[in-house]
Amino acid sequence: MASPLNPDVSRRGVIVGSAATVAAGGTAPLNAQGPRMTTPPGPTLPVQFKVNGEDRRLDLDPRVTLLDALREHLQLTGSKKGCDHGQCGACTVIVNGRRINSCLSLAVMHEGDQITTIEGLGTPDNLHPMQRAFVVHDGYQCGYCTPGQICSAVAVLDEIKDGIPSHATADVTDRPRATADEMRERMSGNICRCGAYSNIIEAMSDVAGTRA
Amino acid sequence: MRPFTYERATSPEAAAAAAGRTQGAKFIAGGTNLLDLMKLEIETPTHLIDIRPLGLDKIEDTDEGGLRIGAFVTNTDLAADRRVRRDYAVLSRAIMAGASGQLRNKATTAGNLLQRTRCPYFYDTNQACNKRKPGSGCAAIGGYSRQLGVIGVSDACIATYPGDMAIAMRVLDATVETVKADGEARAIPIADFHRLPGDAPHIDNVLEPGELITAVTLPRPLGGKHFYHKVRDRRSYAYALVSIAAVVQRDGSGRVGVGGVAHKPWRVEAAEAALPEGAAAVAPQIMAGARPTEDNRFKVPLVERTLAAVLAEARS
Repeated sequence: MASPLNPDVSRRGVIVGSAATVAAGGTAPLNAQGPRMTTPPGPTLPVQFKVNGEDRRLDLDPRVTLLDALREHLQLTGSKKGCDHGQCGACTVIVNGRRINSCLSLAVMHEGDQITTIEGLGTPDNLHPMQRAFVVHDGYQCGYCTPGQICSAVAVLDEIKDGIPSHATADVTDRPRATADEMRERMSGNICRCGAYSNIIEAMSDVAGTRA
Repeated sequence: MRPFTYERATSPEAAAAAAGRTQGAKFIAGGTNLLDLMKLEIETPTHLIDIRPLGLDKIEDTDEGGLRIGAFVTNTDLAADRRVRRDYAVLSRAIMAGASGQLRNKATTAGNLLQRTRCPYFYDTNQACNKRKPGSGCAAIGGYSRQLGVIGVSDACIATYPGDMAIAMRVLDATVETVKADGEARAIPIADFHRLPGDAPHIDNVLEPGELITAVTLPRPLGGKHFYHKVRDRRSYAYALVSIAAVVQRDGSGRVGVGGVAHKPWRVEAAEAALPEGAAAVAPQIMAGARPTEDNRFKVPLVERTLAAVLAEARS
């Protein structure tokens, strides 16, 4: 997104730019994998997958998670690192049609996979219906969890369409329906610290064509 | 995360042999529990063997009228399988009561059986834990133990097996199929798969070094009504304080498994004869010998009440 003061400068661009300045000044840049990567990278392994329809080929330390590969190696910074332990859902992406926590998956284990991130769902000029619904229904405040919420929400409606039951499905032999109870239960892996939950359900109900 | 080498498995036998001869090797499937623990350096494998290429992702009918569930079948695919929903609904319900949608899409059948405890003292590397570091003691005993085990516990460990899926599999008398490092296949009844902590709580189950789970088989369907009631602090995405898996027949007979109370899925077959007489006749037998702490004493009556709720629903 462009800055309102200078349309050519994005927040990410500024952050990347300042990191480069710091590095040039003689201070080592922060390790891309965070403080837990306590030893230097070992030998790398090649991996190939499709991200948002585009073939990508990377050589990675096997410790690199799918989330870090997307954010730090492919500069797809829409997917967020919240807890980095699969508890918050900020890193949710869609792999081969199903949502997963990209922080709890090694990138090298995704050979041949089709990965969709928030950047692949829609563009600022051509929003995905779920992105538009989140805007219309005010399904966020700070926005940090939003890419994960939206990827999850899109996949949840597909899961319901595909007849996958949930804990909220009264009779597991029935086809589940996109009720508010079903969507709430299925979205429990996405935490929103601002508490936008009720508006998120409104947005999802809108896209599903049901009433919250 | 500590460095490790990585290989993609080529056959179950080769994977088991490689794991058997490589010190510090571990299999990885969904990775949702293992990677979490590796980031915390609670698990520190030096070599990972990825079992995804083995194609163990199918659910097949067996000649005996049951199902064979491949080790790599995801929790979502297992719970959503038409045959499982129709004939083994207790299993669908148990799986859907656990974790989040994202985790169930990645977590596998074998991995779920092998998930480690969520005891907070196991997770906190500054605390004494005989399961994480044998001989270091148990900070949970006398510590914050509300969530922890009440039966089958030892003086060395009061951790629980945290999963839901295996509680249903215990009620269904599932069998765990494996291949050992020497290539020999074996079938382990699920009742014998998980261990009690005793004086070696760092050993969760009876698998030998290098032994690879290839499938879980279910015998013929039991019929009856299927239940999985999970009592927890939050309505979704929380571990069980107590859970009851049950299959109840029209005449009131049935089977009961209990989760959230022990180091393994808890079931006392001898107690089940009293099921037609109600929860008050069964629960004290299931929980006989319980050794709760002050913090988790409430779990013992909670087992009876949860079972009473299940049996009331079965009658309705």
